Amino acid sequence: MPDDPGPSQPRFLDPKSVAGKAPVVSETIDLLVVGAGKAGLRAAIEAASAGIQTVLVDENPVSHETMGEEVPRHFGQAMSGATRNRNAMIEAFVASEPLFEAAFEAGVDIRLGTACWGLYAKGPALRHLPGLVAGLVDATAAMLVAPRRVIVATGRRDMGLGFPGWHLPGVMGASAARLLVERHAGALDAKRVVVLGSDTEALLTALALAGQGITVAAIIEQAERPVAPADLVALVKQAGIPILCRSVVREALGRERVEGAMIGTLDTEGIPTGAETRLGCDGIVLAVGAVPMIDLLQAAGAACRFDPDRGGHVPVIDANGRTSLPDVFAIGDCAGIWPEKSRDSAVAEAEARRAVDAITGRDSAKPALAPPCAEIDVSTYRKAWLRASVIHARAEFPLCQCEEATARDLLELRPPRYIGWEGQMPEAHSLAALLAAGPPDPDQLKRMARAGMGPCQGRRCREQIATLLALEADADLAAVPLASYRAPVRPLPLALAGLIGEAPLQTEHWDSWFGMHAQWRPFWEVQEHFTLAGNDTSGEVASE
Amino acid sequence: MTRHPGGRDPQRAGAEVVIVGGGVTGLSAGFWLAREGVDVLVIEAGMIGAEASGRNGGGCSHHHSPLFAEEQRLWPLMDDLLGYPTEFRPERIRLAFSEAQMALYARAKINGEHQGFSTDILDAREAQKLVPLAGDNTVGGYFYHFGGHANPHRTLSGYAFAMEDHGGRAKQNTAVTGFRLAGGRVSGVETTAGFFGCDQLVIAAGPQTGRLAAMIGCDIPLAAARAEMIVTEPLPLMPYGGIDGNGLYGRQTLRGNLAYGGGPHEWVETEPGRAPDKPSSPLMSGIAARLATLLPKAAHARIIRSWAGVMENTPDGRPVIDHAPGVKNAIVATLSSVGFGLSPASGRAIRDLVIERHCTFADISTFRLDRFAQLEPDWRERLGWLPIP
Repeated sequence: MPDDPGPSQPRFLDPKSVAGKAPVVSETIDLLVVGAGKAGLRAAIEAASAGIQTVLVDENPVSHETMGEEVPRHFGQAMSGATRNRNAMIEAFVASEPLFEAAFEAGVDIRLGTACWGLYAKGPALRHLPGLVAGLVDATAAMLVAPRRVIVATGRRDMGLGFPGWHLPGVMGASAARLLVERHAGALDAKRVVVLGSDTEALLTALALAGQGITVAAIIEQAERPVAPADLVALVKQAGIPILCRSVVREALGRERVEGAMIGTLDTEGIPTGAETRLGCDGIVLAVGAVPMIDLLQAAGAACRFDPDRGGHVPVIDANGRTSLPDVFAIGDCAGIWPEKSRDSAVAEAEARRAVDAITGRDSAKPALAPPCAEIDVSTYRKAWLRASVIHARAEFPLCQCEEATARDLLELRPPRYIGWEGQMPEAHSLAALLAAGPPDPDQLKRMARAGMGPCQGRRCREQIATLLALEADADLAAVPLASYRAPVRPLPLALAGLIGEAPLQTEHWDSWFGMHAQWRPFWEVQEHFTLAGNDTSGEVASE
Repeated sequence: MTRHPGGRDPQRAGAEVVIVGGGVTGLSAGFWLAREGVDVLVIEAGMIGAEASGRNGGGCSHHHSPLFAEEQRLWPLMDDLLGYPTEFRPERIRLAFSEAQMALYARAKINGEHQGFSTDILDAREAQKLVPLAGDNTVGGYFYHFGGHANPHRTLSGYAFAMEDHGGRAKQNTAVTGFRLAGGRVSGVETTAGFFGCDQLVIAAGPQTGRLAAMIGCDIPLAAARAEMIVTEPLPLMPYGGIDGNGLYGRQTLRGNLAYGGGPHEWVETEPGRAPDKPSSPLMSGIAARLATLLPKAAHARIIRSWAGVMENTPDGRPVIDHAPGVKNAIVATLSSVGFGLSPASGRAIRDLVIERHCTFADISTFRLDRFAQLEPDWRERLGWLPIP
């Protein structure tokens, strides 16, 4: 063995670089659990009971204003005024989940109304970080914390589905509707709804809403027959809820909010036939795709993959929930959604126990519960919905509501409307041409047409755009990469973010660019040869 | 050089001019060449404009550069030249929050005047009047009657579309693995998608430029770094979007978003043929604090994303646009981390080098590669441009 050369000379590192400028953290935490659903609560309880200092954060109840911005779910402005009463919402949120009591007793440090907007892991291009760093924000402050380990249990969101009028208040995501009804003391401003979709998740949503006294006027399904298993379909029929197959919403009707839905029938090819009926309703619940909420993990750099049996893109995990990021785990719906898991919370709680066992060095030898084959082919199913509802819509409407990009804008790759450009895009530069030249890439579509670039951070259009790309490329949804998530994964006011503070060296050396004297020397003063010895770096410099 | 506009076989493999790098510099060069009927092929390892070219502040105010006059002349013409919108808007205001900043920001005024462009000095009241989101914390600033800003994504698409409209081609997801050299000439490019013959070669591959140029025996001192920006939700449009200062660069986009960057960079290693990792970091908060000072009436605005890019720098931070030494038909180009705004002019300069052998509209002798002939070999260690161990 060669002799140990001993510690090498400390390197000189560029003072304008990140060296020596680790972020300022307000707190070190043994275990940070993000999300206080069944999985997160169970993990926090088990960890705290094992003597691990555990902080459990959950952004809920989010403020009425935040809900109004469709964050973190597609609330569709359907939250009632009751959500303005913050204390009442916190009480309702805690009371609606019995595991909270056990968590308090186990000594979990529970912080509600606290969102985790970023997770950062030390890595080859983030070498100045001390390890894991998480960004948190509550109503009054944003902060960074340094957790030794993180369990992410951020749950699910909903695939959006557009049709003319889908911008109207009252069109909402299924998980948003359930959150309001079940965890916010019934704070849903709708009495009579139609539910789109008929997989297990959709029917569970319909039953949950009906169970809280909301009339489900109909379940709308584009496929030939309901997707969920027969027992669930029977339960829905017993509840008196009609399931209309080979149907789509042609238009949401109403002036200020949803007052009805035009339901159109589809032919055997899945194309609207023209026959339509009006259904009176004050809510349209989008339940065509329950999607794992992986924003925090993907933005942190965790490896993700498309898994049709788990509801779409999910973090790559081992049997105990370990992601590709050291000391970061994923459990519950954000690690995968499948019918058995949705119907029995014991599945998610088992995932929580396994992750905590892994943290305490007791990796389970038993194989993890895994989804069976999905009840539907997610790719085919979502493409069929998009084709029937969006592509064959009877009028143009914004698919990306924030940036007002219609499906046609995306297909033609038109520059965004705010420019007011009146030129014609040649066929040669259409989306079809782009897809002929290279693989589908939603990030490319973001850059070219801004779809998914607005304040809702793509929550309503992300899956639709991926599906549109799959349709246009005639590819499986699995072939469309995930549009990248970016921190902050919750919109974060400048004023709050600016309170976090920074290393003194960062303040001292701050410059807009590299802070190089030579870079900005006007060309008429430049010497023939450049050497470091001859480089004048005297005096202050500001990059231009 | 032969010119034969139209009537070419779109499936042919090689081209008169092969440009390695589908960033803003390579695409602009491709546009200027194709526009004159030159058969041009841009080879890009990933997606067009997906790296640093699409990840910058969109500023067009490079008063220190020999390409400045051409940059200023061309930007107002680019929408018409390309046939697609770039979102260019002229002029720039820089606000100061201390007398020290006020003094530092005077350099742009001096440089501009040297080249015939004027600048107004603003007092605090005038600054607030011109910048509705500014507050009474500003001590004043400068209204530069030059510069401006454009949208990098839109501009990149514009170059690529216009180049293709003129018969040029772009091949994406194709990494260069080597070059064929014979008799002091490059005869073509080896790639993951096969061989592409060429009469002339341009290497304009951002952080990969050094590695690729080395394959034709050309040594360009370069190091790569990661830098980041934040973007807020859209706000009502201010009369001038080109507002910066307080240690930040950036702009209000025509959509209304505030897009700003600044602060420390991170030196990184890159790998051949692979896009670099470019995570953003908690630096977001430092940018946010300074932006809330720059534009206090926007302090409520919410950040909706942050992102990072990786770009290269030469030891003096200045571009290289030059013939590769010892090779008769190859040109190397790096804009050294300041490439977007200069791209209309840098692409035209490369077009000149390809066709005329020299730049016809500006003296770009400061972009010569041999200025580094006497550079200390351990320059990178001496500058500390190294990843943290």
